Amino acid sequence: MTDPVVAAEGLSKVFRDDNLGYVTAIDALTLNVRPGELTALVGPDGAGKTTLMRMFAGLMKPDGGSLSVLGIDVVRDPQQVQDRISYMPQRFGLYEDLSVMENLDLYADLHGVPHEERRERYARMLEMTDMARFTARPAGKLSGGMKQKLGLACTLVRSPELLLLDEPSVGVDPLSRRDLWKIVQQLVEDEGLSVVLSTSYSDEAERCARVHVMHGGRVLESGQPGAIRERARGLTFTAATPDGTPARNVQARLIDASALIIDAVPQGGNVRYIRRPDADEREIEALIPGIARERRVEELEDAFMMLLREHEEAASGAAPSMKTTENGIRHDDGKPVIQVRDLVRKFGDFTAVASTSFAVERGEIFGLLGPNGAGKTTTFRMLCGLLPATSGHLEVAGRDLRTARARARARIGYVSQKFALYGNLSVRENLQFFGGAYGLGQRALRERIAAMVAQFNLDPSAISGLLPAGYRQRLAMATGLLHQPEILFLDEPTSGIDPLARRAFWRTITALAQDGVTIVITTHFMEEAEYCDRIAIQDAGEMLAIGTPREIRELAGQAGARDMNSAFIAIVEDSRDRRGTRVAA
Amino acid sequence: MHGAALYLAQTFALIRKEMLSLLKDPSSRALLVAPALMQALLFGYGATYELTHAPYAVLDQSNSAASRDILARVESTGVFRQIAALGNSTQIAGSIDSGDALLVLVFPPDFASRLAAGEDAPMQVILDGRNSATAGAAAAQVGSIVGAYNQSLGASSPVRIVRRAWFNPNYESRWNLMPAMIASLSMLQTLMLAALSVAREREQGTFDQLLVTPLTPSQILIGKALPSILVGLLQSTIIFLVILYWFRIPMAGSVWLLYFGLLVFTTASVGIGLSISAVSLSMQQAMLYTFMLVMPLMLLSGLLTPVRNMPDVLEAATWANPLRFGIDIVRRVYLEGASFADVAPNFIPLVVVTAVTLPLAAWLFRNRLS
Repeated sequence: MTDPVVAAEGLSKVFRDDNLGYVTAIDALTLNVRPGELTALVGPDGAGKTTLMRMFAGLMKPDGGSLSVLGIDVVRDPQQVQDRISYMPQRFGLYEDLSVMENLDLYADLHGVPHEERRERYARMLEMTDMARFTARPAGKLSGGMKQKLGLACTLVRSPELLLLDEPSVGVDPLSRRDLWKIVQQLVEDEGLSVVLSTSYSDEAERCARVHVMHGGRVLESGQPGAIRERARGLTFTAATPDGTPARNVQARLIDASALIIDAVPQGGNVRYIRRPDADEREIEALIPGIARERRVEELEDAFMMLLREHEEAASGAAPSMKTTENGIRHDDGKPVIQVRDLVRKFGDFTAVASTSFAVERGEIFGLLGPNGAGKTTTFRMLCGLLPATSGHLEVAGRDLRTARARARARIGYVSQKFALYGNLSVRENLQFFGGAYGLGQRALRERIAAMVAQFNLDPSAISGLLPAGYRQRLAMATGLLHQPEILFLDEPTSGIDPLARRAFWRTITALAQDGVTIVITTHFMEEAEYCDRIAIQDAGEMLAIGTPREIRELAGQAGARDMNSAFIAIVEDSRDRRGTRVAA
Repeated sequence: MHGAALYLAQTFALIRKEMLSLLKDPSSRALLVAPALMQALLFGYGATYELTHAPYAVLDQSNSAASRDILARVESTGVFRQIAALGNSTQIAGSIDSGDALLVLVFPPDFASRLAAGEDAPMQVILDGRNSATAGAAAAQVGSIVGAYNQSLGASSPVRIVRRAWFNPNYESRWNLMPAMIASLSMLQTLMLAALSVAREREQGTFDQLLVTPLTPSQILIGKALPSILVGLLQSTIIFLVILYWFRIPMAGSVWLLYFGLLVFTTASVGIGLSISAVSLSMQQAMLYTFMLVMPLMLLSGLLTPVRNMPDVLEAATWANPLRFGIDIVRRVYLEGASFADVAPNFIPLVVVTAVTLPLAAWLFRNRLS
């Protein structure tokens, strides 16, 4: 065996935080990366992936242990390592006012790439990233996915011996994600480049030669994806949900039974679950009587979930479940709770949302999906009254959003993408303020705060800015539900939280829907669309498809049969092709 | 809860939140008192045009009893301090250029003989005009010393000017400057505070969360403006107390009128601050706009230079400057003891600025495109 390109032994890194004290980011970690391979560091957010990457790149000094990259001690000689590797951080430093070509030139200059080599290198990069058409466009005007591709191209203006990619596909829509992967795999196959990338997607990890599963600053397991997958062998099943029942109802029953079931998620109209090795099949049968259970082939994701759950349970016992009570207002008048007709939003000449119509029924979970820049955020912001529509009819909770905005807003709750509460106020003070703003009286406010604090297991006197990410999100949910809204709007609520927290979060959401609260949610995790009753897919401001997850999959045809992700890609690509021909004709 | 009660309760929740955020943050808490106190003291001691220890040099070519008599009188005022006796006229330029001397007194060789002969006896005063205000004061002082000397010689002129400076009998520039600080220093802070208030929320993403509540723009406006106005008045009070009790500048007018004027003035400033805040997407942007605005506001306010000395265009521009009228109200009420009728015209432009900026800010809260 050849020497490893990265060898870390007993590596540790501790951060000092003024508020939280000492935080261990990397905890006595040991791993080796083999040359000429695609290696993945996979783990949920906060696992320590970025810290580790930065140490590999010599940008951060470890507090203990040894680390050598390309046979060089990084701690002693970071410059020598940096001369031979390329590193792409999560947010690559593109100069937004410079054009694509100028950005490439700039990075070529910075790395001292000789002029004679550039032409050939640029041509290859532009061809791989499919950006040859856009060389004159300013980088700031590119979509999120294109920016990421340009970032990769700039990283690769020279030929490194080792390429480090820190979560290259975060915030990138599935189409651009697929392109990025094609490029990386091409590099490994054609040039024998060693690549280390970090990711939180298991389907990406599956494509790597070797995987290191990280959580809490440690490597839980290393090996080939196939070997890791073995763990889940014989434990993975699919429960077929009968037509007419939302899969998430079955999923809820399964995931609540944590003594029998390790994990359960809705997929393709059914529920995938992992049972505990010692679980009794009869008890599972009793849990979901009359529902056909079928063994299925285990996937890497299953093994990850098992590893995470094991680690979590060893660390803290069972995760507290979030059950809901009395959040809904049940007065079903049979009318849709959101009605949108011919909705248009223009920014100057640019049409962000073109004539869009749809309706959302009471108690529905309605998902808005689309690639970056598709118009889903604009639609979402118009629905919750943050952005006035250019034209069209918009009715929310029985109120016309154009004439009775304040009254319509009183009946909706909103949870934003990033933490958007007052960080220097305590949990109670935040709830008091928002309760007051929604016009709750003294007594109602006290009762609702008590209910929310109990439901979401919050400490009322904690300073909200210092809460861990998962709890901050609970507070955001508590704030959104404080005034018992009819509709809850959630903007990418699950980005940046780990899979276990995501399961718990969706459990809350499905319980809310059962209570009669209508949920409108945007997400870029396509598999989460499976929790929705209906989803809408937008691209380039137009509504491409709307329907139940099953209908969407059928619409996508053969290509989309497997899961939501492939259905989504098929639908968007199909529409782009058609639009392309229309423009050409 | 219905109607007005609900409106007030919702607005109060926002005001309470604003005050809490302000008081909970140690750095903004410190900003409430310390800077106003410090700046008031700094301006009180530092920013004066008074002649104290004005350095001068002498080229006494006459070297006579007459020249020595005049020099003794100059020295005895206690205002001037001789730093050099020059040997010849070539040294004059050097001592002024280097800034060592503010003025040079030159007695020509025939000074005494001309005096004795009863002729005009010119003596020369060379001043450093780079510092025009102090140089002017020094020239006037030397003038009056020489005038007194002339009188002692019996060469009295028939017309004598007797000066009485009303409202500031000793011509202390501190008296002129300090009351104006009540308006201008507090404006700096209020403007900044208001400018950051919405911009901070936009930057941190909390503004969206605020906008999805049923709070109307007018409620958000009141909730944002009131705390800033209160802080502005607090700042004014700190400076007012320093001036009254530390520097002991006597207050001639009514405290109530002073505060009424300050309230209207501060509201206009907050209106400008909130408008800046509503167009800004980040705190950095809000800060930049505020700094860009503060300089012209100060220059065109009559704080340091009288408005009527300005060219017509600039004078017209001062009508949109609340500080001009704020300073005028404060100065006149404080020093003159002006009545409401005296200062009433000042209120009109202030109310106009408020009536434009506050609704503008409220409109921008929702219609600023991000």
